[in-house]
Amino acid sequence: MSAPTGTATPWTVASVRQSLGSKKISARELASEFYRRIEERNPELNAYLTLSPERAYEQADRIDAALAKGEALPALAGVPIAVKDVISTAGVRTTCGSKILETYIPPYDATAVERLERAGAVILGKTNCDEFAMGSSNENSAYAAVRNPVATDRVPGGSSGGSAAAVAAGLAVAALGTDTGGSIRQPGSFCGIPALMPTYGRVSRYGLIAFASSLDKIGPFTANIADAAAVIGVIAGHDPRDSTSAAVPVEDYLQEIERPAKGLRVGVPEDYFAEGLDTEVNEKVQAGIALLERLGCTRIPLRMPHTDYAIAAYYIIATAEASSNLARYDGVRYGLRVPGSTLIDMYRKTRERGFGPEVKRRIMLGTYVLSAGYYEAYYLRAQKVRSLIARDFTDAFQKVDVIVTPTAPTPAFRLGEKSSDPLQMYLADIYTVTGSLAGVPGISVPCGKTKAGLPVGMQIFGPHFREGSLLRLSRAFENAGGFAT
Amino acid sequence: MTISREDVVRVADLAHLELSPGEIDTYRSQLDEILRYIDKLNQLDLTNVEPMAQGISRAPVGEDGARESHPELRDDVAQRCAVADAVLAQATDAAKPFFRVPKVIDR
Repeated sequence: MSAPTGTATPWTVASVRQSLGSKKISARELASEFYRRIEERNPELNAYLTLSPERAYEQADRIDAALAKGEALPALAGVPIAVKDVISTAGVRTTCGSKILETYIPPYDATAVERLERAGAVILGKTNCDEFAMGSSNENSAYAAVRNPVATDRVPGGSSGGSAAAVAAGLAVAALGTDTGGSIRQPGSFCGIPALMPTYGRVSRYGLIAFASSLDKIGPFTANIADAAAVIGVIAGHDPRDSTSAAVPVEDYLQEIERPAKGLRVGVPEDYFAEGLDTEVNEKVQAGIALLERLGCTRIPLRMPHTDYAIAAYYIIATAEASSNLARYDGVRYGLRVPGSTLIDMYRKTRERGFGPEVKRRIMLGTYVLSAGYYEAYYLRAQKVRSLIARDFTDAFQKVDVIVTPTAPTPAFRLGEKSSDPLQMYLADIYTVTGSLAGVPGISVPCGKTKAGLPVGMQIFGPHFREGSLLRLSRAFENAGGFAT
Repeated sequence: MTISREDVVRVADLAHLELSPGEIDTYRSQLDEILRYIDKLNQLDLTNVEPMAQGISRAPVGEDGARESHPELRDDVAQRCAVADAVLAQATDAAKPFFRVPKVIDR
């Protein structure tokens, strides 16, 4: 990887393991090397909001001690990982990219973080994101936008832009993001790295600060598919602390990715290749599909007729849930408090000062669609359309094993290009929100670059809890050179 | 116009948001544009379509056999959780075991 902007040599889960095992480097030295890179590159990219060196070095020393004693190393031993700042980390500030939580220090770890550390991962720090994960460009962060490491005048995508940029720039081996309507897959596409949104309920949401509870998922950004398989294998699985977490056995993803892609039926829905799709993005994704055919997959044309209604349904459901979830920020229990003459006055002043414009806009929209007289016209209607979109997927998976589409209609756009037009920004999520509503897993894999050198992502959806199929196909694609420019 | 200035003020009030006059105008026109777009859902015939409220469709809780369809749910028994000090430490104004707020009731 020799990007024009000087991307550092990418470490992977496998190379970390090998280097630690052969004593080429210690876990402490590796963490230190990553902090050096962050110090060098973060002032420009703004990918990290908070670093946690104390915690990271403590964990690195544990790994080094285990190595010295000749103990077997857990799956992610010594692997430096970044965590999106909407995921709770005990003792490490967690802002959600918002002023209202500027000084918030969670008293507990999210299950995903706990599982990463139990598997030996070294948590480097917390990454920037759109405020409360609401955005598609990372420009809605209260702590300034993230820059795309591939082209620094462009957005990294959102809302998990900091996590995507950190991995793409070699400032973390892997990162956790969250995806509600595309917030893992779209930044993965814009920054040119694999990005996996698991099935709803596959990864515990315990400790994930809620945006839209029926849509929120945690998933990884990595430098390659083997690493995605390694990380999801660690964080997936039932958690009694999240009642929506599924008691479904976890597949052996590392075994799945070794299987050939031959014989997989690949559905290609024409509804995703319609008006508004950038010509170069279309070309790259079509070439990607042709490559899958050469790998022995069968291409099957599909119709998913409710695709065009997904954005409208999504922005009703997500904002309705958000307006309810964000009611908790009132200055009473945590975060910012702005004094007021009465309790209500304190709520209003706190929320006015603490929330940014996009969060207020979504709270307003969500409150409106749930308010008396509008509930049936908007919210109930959107939930019914959600059923139809989910049915599109169920019907498709009767005929195919996976569905392949573009991840986003365009490559990374310029900073400021869409930030004054909320609806245009929402429409950028057109290919990702469908899978979010249906609760199915989806991955964005790099499938080349435009003439200007901007990465293009190809999205693969699978049936519920079949992350293994997505990773298997992605790995075959990666091996066949699909990631090349 | 789908949403009036008065609607915006009423909704801001419901959401406990104190908006400036400028914000009210901006949100009115932006929400208006978004709601017009959302109106495309009216093109669909939704007769006999069930609403989907959860992340993935599942059997409803509370019916016979709920335990079988929801093996992930634990028994509904209260459990102690000893985080009160850590939680109160995050508040601007706390007096254990309470959060303090401006006076609500006048005597």
